[in-house]
Amino acid sequence: MSSLIWRTSTRLFASTTISHRPCKSNHVTSLLNKFSTDNGSATPLQVFSEEESMMKSTVRRFAEDRIKPLVREMDESSKMDENLLKSMFDAGLMGIEVSPDYGGAGMSFMAAILAVEEVSRIDPSVAVGMDIQNTLCCTMMTRFASEELKEKYLPQLATRYLGAFALSEDTSGSDAFALKTTATRNGDDYVINGSKMWISNSEYAGVFFVFANVDLSQGYKGITCFLIEKDTPGLTIGPPIDKLGLKSSSTCPLFFDNCQVPISNVIGDVGKGYKYCIELLNEGRIGIAAQMIGVCQGALDLTLPYIQQRHQFGKSILEFQSVAHQVADMLTQLECAQLLTYNSARLRSYGLPFVKEAAMAKYYSSELAAQLTRCCIDWLGGVGFTRDFGVEKFYRDAKIGTIYEGTSNIQLNTIAKYALKDT
Amino acid sequence: MAAAGMKIMVGCKRVIDYAVKVRVRPDKTGVVTEGVKHSMNPFDEIAVEEAVRLREKKLAGELIAVSCGPKECGETLRTALAMGFDRAIHVEINDPKVYETLSPLHVSKIFAKLVEKEKPGLVILGKQAIDDDCNQTGQMLAGLLRWPQATFTSKLSVNGDSADITREVDGGLETIKVSLPAVVTADLRLNEPRYATLPNIMKAKKKPMDKVNPTELGVDLSPRVEILKVEEPPVREAGVKVDNVDELINRLKNEACVI
Repeated sequence: MSSLIWRTSTRLFASTTISHRPCKSNHVTSLLNKFSTDNGSATPLQVFSEEESMMKSTVRRFAEDRIKPLVREMDESSKMDENLLKSMFDAGLMGIEVSPDYGGAGMSFMAAILAVEEVSRIDPSVAVGMDIQNTLCCTMMTRFASEELKEKYLPQLATRYLGAFALSEDTSGSDAFALKTTATRNGDDYVINGSKMWISNSEYAGVFFVFANVDLSQGYKGITCFLIEKDTPGLTIGPPIDKLGLKSSSTCPLFFDNCQVPISNVIGDVGKGYKYCIELLNEGRIGIAAQMIGVCQGALDLTLPYIQQRHQFGKSILEFQSVAHQVADMLTQLECAQLLTYNSARLRSYGLPFVKEAAMAKYYSSELAAQLTRCCIDWLGGVGFTRDFGVEKFYRDAKIGTIYEGTSNIQLNTIAKYALKDT
Repeated sequence: MAAAGMKIMVGCKRVIDYAVKVRVRPDKTGVVTEGVKHSMNPFDEIAVEEAVRLREKKLAGELIAVSCGPKECGETLRTALAMGFDRAIHVEINDPKVYETLSPLHVSKIFAKLVEKEKPGLVILGKQAIDDDCNQTGQMLAGLLRWPQATFTSKLSVNGDSADITREVDGGLETIKVSLPAVVTADLRLNEPRYATLPNIMKAKKKPMDKVNPTELGVDLSPRVEILKVEEPPVREAGVKVDNVDELINRLKNEACVI
């Protein structure tokens, strides 16, 4: 993909001054009001329903007013602001798809994706916690948990505390189902032994969704998902890992030492954990794609105005054709990434097959984010290299995109499998 | 949803978002509005917030949001509903020529008719709209209704059939007491508006929005003003350094003409 950066796009943008991404939604919505169609699927991907538009506006304002002032401090201290977390719950950002019966907003998957994108534009580190909460934890509960578990925990997840998705281990990352944490049946409980690694949201989670194997001899068919409350004896949360980016998102190891969990806390069926996991991660991937396009937008929001204002040799940086071409190319690729992401979200919302498209969206967006943020720093020059300016944070935050929730190589494997199927 | 209590009506104008860089149209007849981000006038948001707070203090009953303009005003009204209002009234003005010359006098007449119908105990408007900066609608409405007016309000407390109000005026702060019903216009420091939470945005979909035709209200919307030309403000010139106080005074007097 590295060769794509320098390939000049076949069409330059018509205007000579590149403004911020214009608001297509209002203009096109009014066009659609004139030629309205009942067939929702015929509308362009970047045209949103009224509730999606309202949600975007609210989330953007929230992000600008409440999150933005804290971004630098949270990054430097590697800590999430707890008041901010609370206000995100209050705003309804943590249970976007959850039914109002359980205290959520009852909005669509697309709305959750748009919300992740808007927050990522300001702070991808805050966004990742929100993405995991919405696309993995809440969906896990809604889709697979028993009614009793739902009534007990879903309202908490929607309004009070974070959940953490504990799958990866020291010796199993991409090879996720080679996990070694065991769950041994003991009367009315399961006893969990083992450890987990790289678990996001750990420091602030009220519950952990832990994948453990009830019978290692069955291989992945023994994997079961357990809902474990934070203060359960036998569960220890290790200290957060010091990372290159997404610093305020706590990433911790977890240790299970004869941790007893009642059998009523099994999510869904025993031995089906791997299935639930695959299903959720297929969707969670779209959330990461949304995060990555948000990162791109956020970096451009800071970079484009600067390179229009800064002048060298009598003209603005952006007026130099080589720079203008690079910018045009990156903007084109960002448009592609956004459309891939939105389309996979809509496919999923419509109940159509989306796994290949989701893998493509995540792969494309995360690779793009790493490169686009690097280009932004190049266009900015020296100032891009400074902490104060803010783009270097997007550069650091972007890097994990090609690694977590399925590395780029894994995504390529997935996409290739579909190519084999189709021939 | 309406508790027994004072009805409050609030005006919500759809304006170009404050963060947008406004551009003059090439034909110089106005500014570019197509494809440009719009939102609720910030002072109207403050008015909406104040009404919601009064209801939370149990000093108000039904909250009605009103907007005058094309279809897109529905979005503005939904925001008010999402912030906690019960009902919305959309006064539909679909002809772009009529909408462009819609002025405070027209709007205050529309509101006066709605007030006659709805009989609110309090009307709260933003002090002015950020697009035209007229600062007239509240005052005109009070005049038409022959109601007391409290403009530039930075503090409002309702006590039975009167309200104690602090106004921000040039000389400082003025405290007055008005008997209700009255027209209040909201100033910046009255409150900080809340975010529409996502659950409330969804609940807003189910709240009623009535559509009204201005001709039904018997209001004449023919323009009183003709826009001749719209131009960009002159480019700001660079500052000048002076050598001494005498030169400063001379320039202030003879060039800047400010003393």
